[in-house]
Amino acid sequence: MQALTFLDAFLGSIGRSVLGLCAAIGRIAMFAVLTISHLLRPPFYLAEFGRQLLHIGYFSLPVVGLTALFTGGALALQIYSGGARFSAEAVVPSVVAIAMVRELGPVLSGLMVAGRVSSSIAAELGTMRVTEQIDALTTLSTNPMKYLVVPRVLAATIAMPILAFIGDVIGIMGGFLVGTQRLDFNAATYINNTWSFLEFEDIFSGLVKAAAFGFIVALMGCYHGYNSGRGAQGVGRATTNAVVSASVLILAANYLLTEIFFTS
Amino acid sequence: MIQLINVKKSFGNNHVLRGVNLTIEQGESMVIIGGSGTGKSVALKSVLGLVQPDSGQILVNGADTTEGDRDAFLAQFGMLFQGGALFDSLSVWQNVAFRLLRGKGKLSKSDARDVAIEKLRRVGLKPEVADQFPAELSGGMQKRVGLARAIAAEPDIIFFDEPTTGLDPIMSGVINELIREIVVEMGATAMTITHDMSSVRAIADKVAMLHEGVVQWTGPVSEMDSSGDPYLDQFINARAEGPIEAVR
Repeated sequence: MQALTFLDAFLGSIGRSVLGLCAAIGRIAMFAVLTISHLLRPPFYLAEFGRQLLHIGYFSLPVVGLTALFTGGALALQIYSGGARFSAEAVVPSVVAIAMVRELGPVLSGLMVAGRVSSSIAAELGTMRVTEQIDALTTLSTNPMKYLVVPRVLAATIAMPILAFIGDVIGIMGGFLVGTQRLDFNAATYINNTWSFLEFEDIFSGLVKAAAFGFIVALMGCYHGYNSGRGAQGVGRATTNAVVSASVLILAANYLLTEIFFTS
Repeated sequence: MIQLINVKKSFGNNHVLRGVNLTIEQGESMVIIGGSGTGKSVALKSVLGLVQPDSGQILVNGADTTEGDRDAFLAQFGMLFQGGALFDSLSVWQNVAFRLLRGKGKLSKSDARDVAIEKLRRVGLKPEVADQFPAELSGGMQKRVGLARAIAAEPDIIFFDEPTTGLDPIMSGVINELIREIVVEMGATAMTITHDMSSVRAIADKVAMLHEGVVQWTGPVSEMDSSGDPYLDQFINARAEGPIEAVR
């Protein structure tokens, strides 16, 4: 009897979690559709969009650049060490370039921006919710979705591919520096090998991924901030949820997009 | 004129509004009183559409609030929020002129700034405040900026949500006087929610008391003290003993 009660409670808790997850996915999907629908209809707040582009894009450059630089350097060392096992040290420039452009550039930029931007958007919008600033916007005939959400989502979607591209270049530079200074590669040969193995599709697929990650980062920040609970605890929870959900969704979207590009 | 007809709203099992009926005539200043959690804010936010009632009807000048152009509907209103709800990222004048810088009747930046400075002067603030940010102001000054923002577009209807909460008694008196003067001067319809009896006596033409989700008593402020309603008597005389149970 006790075992049945335990089983009942156990299955019930699984059921509740699954239902909760489905409901959350539905709410996020509706929020995304609403954001896109507002994105296509005036009024457009260009000054807000410009401010967000600066905040999300320009101010994320140092963190993305440093991450890419060190990752490129470490990648060169790892590939050299792994390649040496079957006398393939010469692949370092091409593998660094392909790995950075197709995978590490967009994914690491996305994750770093998720940490920096999702949290800041969620905290800002959450505080605005708690202090009734979002309600105040509505009473001032300004749709908060258009004024707060659309500029952030659009700015992140546009800024992320640019950031990822800069990250790609800096990452390859990191590999180049380690390759030429530490692993005795000839500089001209390194650059030549990098260029000759890279294809347009490598770069394009990386930038498409980055745009998707930018959308996810801002959407998660906005969704959790916009629907923040009351008080400091509510804002804190919104910030954590924004970063965690953005990071997990970036990795999941990365697999899906890679699968799509791989198949095509 | 604002009419709430049998308005009901629940949050889960918490039945906040259980059939509110209330009429506020044009140019009248109605103050809604009641204990914490009796649904005063929900009633006010329902009129603006910030909260969707479960049932009932809300009419503003005879028109259903859920129908018609939402921007045109909201353009009739100004609202002073409890904490001011000023936008942190904008300067004081940009807060005051927020509505004037956007939408159909959009003004140029310099004209909007002039109007903002004039409204700031009306609420007793000097032009130097215009370029400061809300975080640099005291609580009383933030309330005044909030008031200036509420009246900037000269609305027909103004809502005041706990206008004196968090202010010292003297500043409360100043804000109450300002509200009364402005409402009379503009001929606006006003709806205020408050616990503060000094606000009630300073601002109200009529008073409505909400209790357990319905309007327990309504009438002119002059009749409030002699109403004979035990709930109202207990509330306005701040008695711990009476029909309203206090959580101890």
